[in-house]
Amino acid sequence: MAITKKQSDALAKQVFEYAPAPEAIDHVKIQPRYGLFIGGRMVEGHSKKHFPTINPATEKKLAEVVEADEVDVDRAVKAASKAFDSWARLSPSRRARFLFRISRLLQERSRELAVVETMDGGKPIKESRDVDIPLSAAHFFYYAGWADKLEWAFPNRKARPLGVAGQVIPWNFPLLMLAWKIAPALAAGNTVVLKPAETTPLSAMLFAEICMQAELPPGVVNIITGAGKTGSLLVSHPDVNKVAFTGSTEVGKSIQRAIAGSGKRLTLELGGKAANIVFDDAPLDQAVEGIVNGIYFNQGHVCCAGSRLLVQESIAEPLLEKLKRRLSTLRLGDPLDKNTDIGAINSRAQLEKIKGLVESGIEEGAELYQPECVLPERGFWFPPSLFTNVSQSYRIAREEIFGPVLSVLTFRTPNEAVEKANNTPYGLSAGVWTDKGSRILWMAERMRAGVVWANTFNRFDPTSPFGGYKESGFGREGGVHGLLPYVDLN
Amino acid sequence: MDVRKTYKLFVNGEFVRSESGRAYRPDGKVNVPRGSRKDLRDAVRAARTAFPGWAGRTAMNRGQILYRAAEMLDGRAAQFVELLGGGARARRELDQSVETLVWYAGWTDKLSQVTGTVNPVAGPYFNFTIPEPTGVVAVVAPEETPLSGFVRRLAPALCGGNVVVALAAESHPLAALTLAEVVATSDVPAGVINIISGQRKELLPWLANHMDINAIDTAGCTPEEIKGIEEAAAGNVKRVIKVTQDEQSPYLVAAFMEMKTVWHPIGV
Repeated sequence: MAITKKQSDALAKQVFEYAPAPEAIDHVKIQPRYGLFIGGRMVEGHSKKHFPTINPATEKKLAEVVEADEVDVDRAVKAASKAFDSWARLSPSRRARFLFRISRLLQERSRELAVVETMDGGKPIKESRDVDIPLSAAHFFYYAGWADKLEWAFPNRKARPLGVAGQVIPWNFPLLMLAWKIAPALAAGNTVVLKPAETTPLSAMLFAEICMQAELPPGVVNIITGAGKTGSLLVSHPDVNKVAFTGSTEVGKSIQRAIAGSGKRLTLELGGKAANIVFDDAPLDQAVEGIVNGIYFNQGHVCCAGSRLLVQESIAEPLLEKLKRRLSTLRLGDPLDKNTDIGAINSRAQLEKIKGLVESGIEEGAELYQPECVLPERGFWFPPSLFTNVSQSYRIAREEIFGPVLSVLTFRTPNEAVEKANNTPYGLSAGVWTDKGSRILWMAERMRAGVVWANTFNRFDPTSPFGGYKESGFGREGGVHGLLPYVDLN
Repeated sequence: MDVRKTYKLFVNGEFVRSESGRAYRPDGKVNVPRGSRKDLRDAVRAARTAFPGWAGRTAMNRGQILYRAAEMLDGRAAQFVELLGGGARARRELDQSVETLVWYAGWTDKLSQVTGTVNPVAGPYFNFTIPEPTGVVAVVAPEETPLSGFVRRLAPALCGGNVVVALAAESHPLAALTLAEVVATSDVPAGVINIISGQRKELLPWLANHMDINAIDTAGCTPEEIKGIEEAAAGNVKRVIKVTQDEQSPYLVAAFMEMKTVWHPIGV
């Protein structure tokens, strides 16, 4: 998407000048090559295959990691199995202390983790610094406290751990998803083998160091790197008792199929196509901020993103005008710059997917709006975009784009809003904007979605359960409900 | 000479023959409708239509209706005991079925107090989590205890506001089909409970594959059947409920529920 001289001159006049404010990276040491974290130490892979992980903002290689093979997966699962008995029998207050320790170490090393997360994944430093890392630490802190209070979590039952949890996580919130998976599993007395996404393995490698620093008993946490093949070997391993997956609905379904009849417990946190519904009495300026946060946060790489904006017809025009104006002030560029609002798209493959879906939107007849936006020459970028004139049948209104692309639809009555919002196989989240309290509760009741944000969007907290209805998966992460997938109550 | 009863399927609050016109004789005497894929489809459609109304009832009202079902069942105790073969064992099964309905009737308006939470998030937001029914639930009645086993699967799903499409026990379908008469006189809205008799081998795959069923209770199934169900369930990410047959607990009710979390800012 080249930019003409004229456009760039216009832009220079329009956009308020910001001096560059790059986050320092000299305190961060990324090793050229990482092994696997198995049995409490970093080991060479049995697999001699390595693959690079790059910075999507520069396309420069950051490090190499192992593409773990069947033998590596087996070693990791065996290490977790071996560690299970003593971890499950360890006094619960000791288990709690290890988790508290990990939480503190995450806080102590927070800036380093934020920088690595941003370099490896492309997300703006202000998001990794203010959202991903603090929430990850908070998650461990929250579940640490549960470790010695399980008898209060499930009245009348004895909560027993399940054994080895095989966990596969996505690339959009690498460390946070790791925390969501590992913290409740460990608190309940399970041991884990975790596979981070292939494009964002580095914060998990730093987490391995933190486990060693915390002197966590060997084998309680094992981390193996690789792509889809490695993940599929992990979830299918016969000694894995519990599978937890966050990622696409397509892969989630294939996992559900693959482990059918195995007796393994399963939780899935899958895709979404959330409706963000704005009524005519909503405070428009607040709603605009919520819409922007809903779909452009983390470049739209958010499973619960508010990717379908449903606006009440009578205010569609003024709202869109405000929204478009706001889009033109979003700053896209170097993710390490503290002023950046929109960072790099996580990978070339994801960029291609976004481009393909955006093209389909144009072909099907929707109208595309993008603010004037200079894209850096190297790296993977996509400008904040919105489509109007969208029909519910268009792919951009049905499929998860997982990019900074908003589809705008309109409605006239509350019932129509409910119909349209629920007209999707997904059901992860929904947003409602209105000043009328009774309408908020009426809408919240009718949204077939696991999380409803009313007059806010994309808020997360370790005490707040998160997860989907319908094809967005099952099981909850966060809160006391997040312990349930990791315990046997029979 | 007695006036014999024609056994029928129970779909959308009506007693209907199988559209297939087929029948089988599980005890060698009585003709029982052999339900088909299309009967299941009709039942799912009826259930889906009934879902918002049943889920939208007040918890107390659902509790009263379940209790009413217990009253109706107890009132026909003699008939059911005879149907179950008579004797102390049959009597126990009947009593247990009544007790199960009474027990879950009392859970409808306590479930969200026991499984819901108000969450102390680190920010100026009011945040709460409540259980909501997942939708259309498929229930497979166990063969061993065709009445009490069936009621134990049925009641927890209904308790939370789900609607049910059930397969009667293949070898002893009369208990379930007669239970439909109890349901029909208990103010259970049409479509909330639908009962199909027939061959499991034929019907289970259609249940497991149906794209408008949200969850399937497999307590009455064999391990091989469960494997097939789990594979097919992936098609629309069905919740596959695996518990022991005699499980009776609010945790079981919760297994049929979705937890919904709502956030709202606090401010002036």
